[in-house]
Amino acid sequence: MKKGNDHGKHKYGMVIDIDKCTGCGTCMVACAAENNVSVRADQSDKERTITWMRLYKISNGKEFPHTEVSYFPRPCMHCDHHPPCVSVCVATATKLDFNTGIVSQIYTRCIGCRYCQAACPYGARYFNWWDAFPQDKGMDRYLTPEVSPRMRGVVEKCTFCHHRLMRAKTLAYAEDRRELEEGEYVTACTEACPAQAITFGDLNNPEHEVSKLIKHPFTFRLLERIGTEPKVYYHSSRDWVRKLGDNFLPGEYTPVVNKTWAEEEWSTKPGRDEF
Amino acid sequence: MTPFSFEWQWNIEYMIFFGLLYIALGIIGIGIIVTVIRTGLQALGFMRERHF
Amino acid sequence: MDSPLLPHGVKRCSTWAFFFWTLPWLALLAWGGLSAFLCLWKGLNQTNMSNVFAFALWIVFDLAVIALGAGAFFTGFLTYIMGQKELKNIIKPAVIIGFICYSGAMAMLGIDIGQPIRGWFIFWHANIHSMLVEVSFCITCYLMVLAIEFIPIILENRKLEEIKELRIFGHSLHEIMAVFAATGTFLSFFHQGSLGGMFGVMYARPFAAREGFYIWPWTFFLFVLSAIACGPCFTILCTKLTEFFSRKKLVPDSAIQLLAKISAWLLSLYMVLKIADYLGWMYGIIPRSGLTFESFFREGPYGVYLVVCEIIVCGILPAIILMVPKGRQNQGWLIIACLLNCTGIVLNRFLFIVVTLAIPVMPFDRFWGYLPTWQEWGIGFAVIGYGFLLFSAAYRYLPIFPKERELNPITE
Repeated sequence: MKKGNDHGKHKYGMVIDIDKCTGCGTCMVACAAENNVSVRADQSDKERTITWMRLYKISNGKEFPHTEVSYFPRPCMHCDHHPPCVSVCVATATKLDFNTGIVSQIYTRCIGCRYCQAACPYGARYFNWWDAFPQDKGMDRYLTPEVSPRMRGVVEKCTFCHHRLMRAKTLAYAEDRRELEEGEYVTACTEACPAQAITFGDLNNPEHEVSKLIKHPFTFRLLERIGTEPKVYYHSSRDWVRKLGDNFLPGEYTPVVNKTWAEEEWSTKPGRDEF
Repeated sequence: MTPFSFEWQWNIEYMIFFGLLYIALGIIGIGIIVTVIRTGLQALGFMRERHF
Repeated sequence: MDSPLLPHGVKRCSTWAFFFWTLPWLALLAWGGLSAFLCLWKGLNQTNMSNVFAFALWIVFDLAVIALGAGAFFTGFLTYIMGQKELKNIIKPAVIIGFICYSGAMAMLGIDIGQPIRGWFIFWHANIHSMLVEVSFCITCYLMVLAIEFIPIILENRKLEEIKELRIFGHSLHEIMAVFAATGTFLSFFHQGSLGGMFGVMYARPFAAREGFYIWPWTFFLFVLSAIACGPCFTILCTKLTEFFSRKKLVPDSAIQLLAKISAWLLSLYMVLKIADYLGWMYGIIPRSGLTFESFFREGPYGVYLVVCEIIVCGILPAIILMVPKGRQNQGWLIIACLLNCTGIVLNRFLFIVVTLAIPVMPFDRFWGYLPTWQEWGIGFAVIGYGFLLFSAAYRYLPIFPKERELNPITE
């Protein structure tokens, strides 16, 4: 295993502003439609449905009128350091691309042992328990031509809409450009979010908005202490939200309040919860 | 699995892993071959049959 | 009816009695066959596995039977490499039990993967950094070794032995058995370890993650040790069960006592290391992930009682019983201790598989429960049925207990 990918050219990642997220679920719908995610007539068995992008509802657990509710949209974290799922894959069906930072999945090579699912702490990997689509319903007409549907018995996951990167690269190549502009390649969820809570870009490019956002003290990642180095960042001005991003022993969490960055134009309200 | 397959990588971890695997498989294979040859020799009377 | 096939000089039940004895096990096999067919035809939606419980009953069964089947390689190692002549009286049943366990586990794994037709990708596109690859390679190779060790036992059948070539082949194989036993020991060591390593390397799951030595987490060594501690006990249990059903003494006490004594020492060593491992994990990995030991057991049916059972009731207790000469010489205590020992190891595997997956890592994620469907049980029980069937057929038609004639002279 080569460590990290800082020497790679690009490192795509996203920052999700939880304060802007309304929990509407458009990202989930856009993702599923874009990526030909299989559906069944009854989607109520949440342990077995496939949601590459999934919303988790969180609450500060306080009584009315102090109750606050927020949402964690959770795509694949595309872990940057030794992704837990990659080294365990028996058939080398999943790989961290050092040039883009994207953790890919080769569906036709996956044997469906599900070891990667067991290893992933984010629950970002999904197994196809059923055949891809209801037969004879004409649903194949709605498929995205650029994304292969998955067969029964393989694991799938968010690919950061890798086909969009391919599309953007092809376009750039046709226009005789070597590099992509910011915003030329964004994921379906980024594009669909009505609140514009998701920012997508190259974390290695200091010009990109994401690489500025991740330096903000309000920005955090899920389960940072485990050391998976996710490339999906979250942003919230509220301490209770940030605290839910990781496990903390009592007294370990240090709230971020009243720092000079609060004056910066893009920062939101400073922490209003006492901890 | 074989060194001729495109999956083969020339790095030390591969060498150790597949080296040990082929040694184990080799021992099993040679063991079987030796037994078959000895059986043939004994059955045809070139070697004395051993009893337990 | 089948008397020409029975070994010389021993007493066996009538053909009809044997036929009726096989019926329940055949029923289990039929249940398993139906379940397997459904799972292969309709897919794994027939099970209650989910994206949370990616590993479930089958993997627990697999790891359990492979640990219990460790008696084969370890007894082989003691007999052929360490030269414990006494164990020649029990090596054959040990090999057969090992063969049953490993072939059963392989068959289950074939159904457990989502795309069984692609099973060979493990070998062709092997990712050598995956512990599961090491497990697959070693189990496959070791199953070959077990088959080779099983062949001479089959060839000892009265009818087969009459064929000169087969008899010579069996004897020749037997002569170089030490080579196969050594290879088997090497392969077994690595896959028993890698089965533990599989869980220790899941560093993003604090409940399973362990530190370790070089590329091997501590679970690697603990799984090897626990397997060789419980393997001999399982062999003893199977022998005792055969003695119970056949109402005869089949293995001299000296062999059983030797195995029990070795098991006692290994189990004691394992308990010491396992407790050290638990402590190191509780004061190292858990707080570093921002969790506490109690936080793992806050919800659901999997409580601290499982750990208490694993360590005290099914670990320290059988270790003491087996360690005290009076304890292991008493039939009842010996069987209780062996049962507890085996239960403890199965519990250990259960904790690493099901409990690890049941505990959410993200603080806002919820706890999920899991109950297997009849299809999952069916395949699990089919392995047990297959085991009973193969072992009783081996007992009936092959002289697997060398001292049987001596211990049960036929007086007529």
